[in-house]
Amino acid sequence: MESIESLIIAKYNYWAVIVLLMVGLYAMITKKNLVKKIIGMNIFQTAIILFYVSIGAKKGATIPIIMHGPDHSSHAVQAMDYINPLPHVLMLTAIVVSVATLGVALALALNIYSQYGTLEEDEISEKIMKSEPG
Amino acid sequence: MEDHIPAIIVAVPLLAALLVTGLWWFEQRLLFFLSMIAGVISFSASARLLLKILESGTVEYRLGGWAPPFGIVFRIDHLNGLILVIVSLVSLLNLAGTRTIAKKEFGEKLGPFYALYLLFTTGLLGILLTGDAFNLYVLVEIASLTGYALIGLGKGRAPISGLNYVLMGTIGASLYLLGIGYLYLVTGSLNMTDIARILPSILPSNVVLMAFILCLSGLFIKMALFPLHSWLPNAYTYSPSLVSSLVAPLTTKVMIYAMFRITLTVFTYDFAFDSIAVRLPILWLAIVAIIMGSIIALAQKRLKKMLSYIIVAEVGYMVGGFWLGNREGMSGAILHVVNDAVMTLCVFMAAAAIVYKLEDDRFSALSGIFRKMPCTMAVMVVGGLSFIGVPPTCGFFSKWYLLMGGIAAGQFAFVAALIFSSLVNVILFFRLFEIGYFKPYAKEITHSQSHADSYTHSITRAEAPFDLLVPLVMTAVLLLILGLFSGEIVTRVVQFAIPRFIG
Repeated sequence: MESIESLIIAKYNYWAVIVLLMVGLYAMITKKNLVKKIIGMNIFQTAIILFYVSIGAKKGATIPIIMHGPDHSSHAVQAMDYINPLPHVLMLTAIVVSVATLGVALALALNIYSQYGTLEEDEISEKIMKSEPG
Repeated sequence: MEDHIPAIIVAVPLLAALLVTGLWWFEQRLLFFLSMIAGVISFSASARLLLKILESGTVEYRLGGWAPPFGIVFRIDHLNGLILVIVSLVSLLNLAGTRTIAKKEFGEKLGPFYALYLLFTTGLLGILLTGDAFNLYVLVEIASLTGYALIGLGKGRAPISGLNYVLMGTIGASLYLLGIGYLYLVTGSLNMTDIARILPSILPSNVVLMAFILCLSGLFIKMALFPLHSWLPNAYTYSPSLVSSLVAPLTTKVMIYAMFRITLTVFTYDFAFDSIAVRLPILWLAIVAIIMGSIIALAQKRLKKMLSYIIVAEVGYMVGGFWLGNREGMSGAILHVVNDAVMTLCVFMAAAAIVYKLEDDRFSALSGIFRKMPCTMAVMVVGGLSFIGVPPTCGFFSKWYLLMGGIAAGQFAFVAALIFSSLVNVILFFRLFEIGYFKPYAKEITHSQSHADSYTHSITRAEAPFDLLVPLVMTAVLLLILGLFSGEIVTRVVQFAIPRFIG
């Protein structure tokens, strides 16, 4: 059995991601308000973005921006001095996707509100049940 | 130009979507023609690409000239070459039918409809082309987001069904993204063939197994495999009619293709089918999907909802056939992807015509509809026979391969589920035919109001608009052609799509 330290403390970034994933999922499942569900969806996506960014980190490395200066430009870049920039770039795309999804979801929520007059899921179900006898 | 065909397939609808959005402000009449031009170019490029693959094997196209594994590549082999042609053809046929109906249904939102249509097609074609795992996620999201927006364009229960679809679909895509993250963590690469090259050296590994399960779970939500299918019936029933005939044939099939691609190319057959703990539960899920989809379809009173539950059962066919693991099963699954896309297009377009004319798709309103819309109902008959599996329509041949595969693998529960589902489809469609052909006509539309007594003689033919009829009939003919040429398709294309060593 590994020690508590290596199981939890050393892997704290994964635990943070797990907690956020579960919070997002909980919000999507249990909350009745549609906007809260949408926020839960956003938290879920943000957790995955956090996961990707955290796996690019390196001990003792700095942010992946090459320093320019009078005597720096002629040196070769040492990859081990910079944290992995690829996950960051991938997550830029994922953030764009997340924002677009949020936009579509909110547009649909607006449409629902103008149609049913409420954003609570149970009230909407009631109104649907009443209007469709079949 | 010849070399850039893979890029043309996906770039033309994308640019056309941009042009459509711009043109929408000025000249509304050109929107349809511009979209059709884009669809035709895409389809002919896909057909050209398939011919090229048939003569010289897998095509690899490097975007921007960057070499893999650093650049994104489009990798097209027999599997996606075939599905590319079918997807672009289905999209084109459906587009051809939108001319009069879209104007009535969407009014001033015509521009956004065509732009979203083209973007949806772009996303799907991109999924079929790409050879990069993260690019697959991006394109899955492009296709899904435009799908959500298209479904949300409808009235009534469409927005709430669309929002439900958004929530579930996003979880699916995010799970897939997490799986790819795990793979990137252990291999350092995003290119599909590169990951497959690196994986054997790090197996056995819990991370890779978890990545596999996550990717599959994400795709299962997207393809509506039971029990993750709950978004599908509402989303497809309440969406505008021509949107459901676009989204229904294509979304689930392309996600099933993504599952094929992930399993065969990234994780490789040996790893994926090695663990019985993964293979058998998925097969059982597929069996339950087929049975439950068919049973719930029996309980429906609306045409489109019944068809949506039939789609849930069809997903079970394809997933089950693939996870049988033998050559016949996989051939059946791949052939069924092709056939099911065309069958679903057929019945959903016929349903779209019916909804356009009657404004109602409940069975009680469909009595005697044969006299009003004989051509549409004839097409519906051909589509129904294909779902049941009557030769020479294409549905028979893919079902045959699936049955043979199930028997060869000894999975008799799967065989029983297939036969059960075929019998239930007989009940479903013959009930529809009975209501349509043999019941007296219940509802009169404005034309023949005065002849209330002899309704059989006074029913004027109110057929679907001509430019919807043409693609409808072409789809029905295509079903027959695909059926007659099934053998050819399997021996010349499908058999090369499956890894050679599978018996």
